[in-house]
Amino acid sequence: MYSEKVMDHFQNPRNVGEMENPSGVGTVGNAKCGDIMRMFLDIDENGIIQEAKFKTFGCGAAVATSSMATELVKGKTIQEALEVTNKAVMEALDGLPPVKVHCSLLAEEAIHAALWDYAEKNGITIEGLQKPVSDISEHEEEEEY
Amino acid sequence: MIYLDNAATTKTAPEVVEAMLPYFTEHYGNPSTIYSLGGESKKAVTDAREIIAKSLGAKTEEIYFTAGGSEADNWALKATAEAYSNKGKHIITSKIEHHAILHTCEYLEKQGYEVTYLDVDRDGLINLEELKAAIRPDTILISIMFANNEIGTIEPIAEIGAIAKEKGILFHTDAVQAYGQLPINVDEMNIDMLSASGHKLNGPKGIGFLYIRKGVKSRSFIHGGAQERSRRAGTENVPGIVGLGAAADRAMRIMEEKTRKEIEVRDYLIKRIEDEIPYCWLNGHRTKRLPNNVNFSFLYIEGESMLIMLDMKGVCASSGSACTSGSLDPSHVLLGIGLKHEEAHGSLRLTLSEENTKEEMDFVVDNLKQIVARLRDMSPLYEDFLKSQQK
Repeated sequence: MYSEKVMDHFQNPRNVGEMENPSGVGTVGNAKCGDIMRMFLDIDENGIIQEAKFKTFGCGAAVATSSMATELVKGKTIQEALEVTNKAVMEALDGLPPVKVHCSLLAEEAIHAALWDYAEKNGITIEGLQKPVSDISEHEEEEEY
Repeated sequence: MIYLDNAATTKTAPEVVEAMLPYFTEHYGNPSTIYSLGGESKKAVTDAREIIAKSLGAKTEEIYFTAGGSEADNWALKATAEAYSNKGKHIITSKIEHHAILHTCEYLEKQGYEVTYLDVDRDGLINLEELKAAIRPDTILISIMFANNEIGTIEPIAEIGAIAKEKGILFHTDAVQAYGQLPINVDEMNIDMLSASGHKLNGPKGIGFLYIRKGVKSRSFIHGGAQERSRRAGTENVPGIVGLGAAADRAMRIMEEKTRKEIEVRDYLIKRIEDEIPYCWLNGHRTKRLPNNVNFSFLYIEGESMLIMLDMKGVCASSGSACTSGSLDPSHVLLGIGLKHEEAHGSLRLTLSEENTKEEMDFVVDNLKQIVARLRDMSPLYEDFLKSQQK
């Protein structure tokens, strides 16, 4: 059902883990639909993403897209990272089954959420970046039930 | 490979295949014909019907062959609802039925019927008082599954049958998971209709039956020839019927031994998981449970990931996670017993056969421990949980 690349990124996920003092961190998705992705970014003074890490609760596709998304944003500028869309992530994975396309949206949203957090922490505005709507805090999650 | 998905389907038993083979190539006659070639087929169909009737304490003419459990469920509900619509249009079922029942009920609701979906408790059992309270003067049918396909819970069928009989309401049970695994007597349990499927008891796929008690009004489900007492037309699937008969015969013969073996291995597996993997629990009733069913929820991780990792170790299992269903919602059964969405997403169902051994369970648990730990390491929910523990 999954491409070889998806299976590779699921079995050997790149950049999995947490980060101490990240420049930006974003959590998207919710437990209700079964996918939660948290992305940590380390961004240097020139606005280059030096390091990206993730943690994901979700299916094989969710883990693989998280892994690929971190790979794609590493070494990129903020503006370049914004161009890492769900489509780009999917293409890099040689595609996803139709029922799994929504998992790739999570990766794009996680990048945006982490960048939004970075912008807020630094009091800057990133052109073209909207406030992520699906960012969930523990507080909001509790309210859901 | 360790196959632990026997609730999905089972391996066709060699003796079943052997019994079926001549009916493809030698005794291929149409049972409705007059010559002796057809007569052989007809006799084989009758023999299978007798075996099945006997296994349920039913009469031969009360067994109707279908193309499987889903068809039997559809037939039981739709044809009965139609036949009894003069008496009323109210049906009672439960929230944890198979989709073959639930989606048929939804269809009937669109046709003007009213359906009460009974809640179940945390173990998956319906409440008999709630059932009694749900009965109305216009209630025509109660349909409650014998045993649940996901969590293995066995419903109080004899008690439900007694209530239905007392109130003069028909009682149908979807016994797709139970038939061949549990002793069933339609008279003692006051069952009026019962659905079963061949491939769940080491028989072939594409064959099942509906038991309809003599005297129950039910419309023809497929119109055409006079097969199945004109109620289900179409040339009989003779090899399938022979296979189902052979599978039923085998299942009844080995039931006691199979149950004993499975329960021993099942309880060993449950104990090892409970003892060795933290933050998990058994779903379904601990004792009122199919001998071969194990269903756990593992907190902070998602089911499909577990399945892929188990598959890489050669273990076939299933999950109630949304990602394995093709929809975004996790199993209605797990939500029905009161699990939160994320708890249902993290479920794992392991269903045994009599061939599985404790050694295999050791391999499964040893690997499962690592898989659960690895996925938790990756999980932001687990990270949040650990941080909340430190506070």
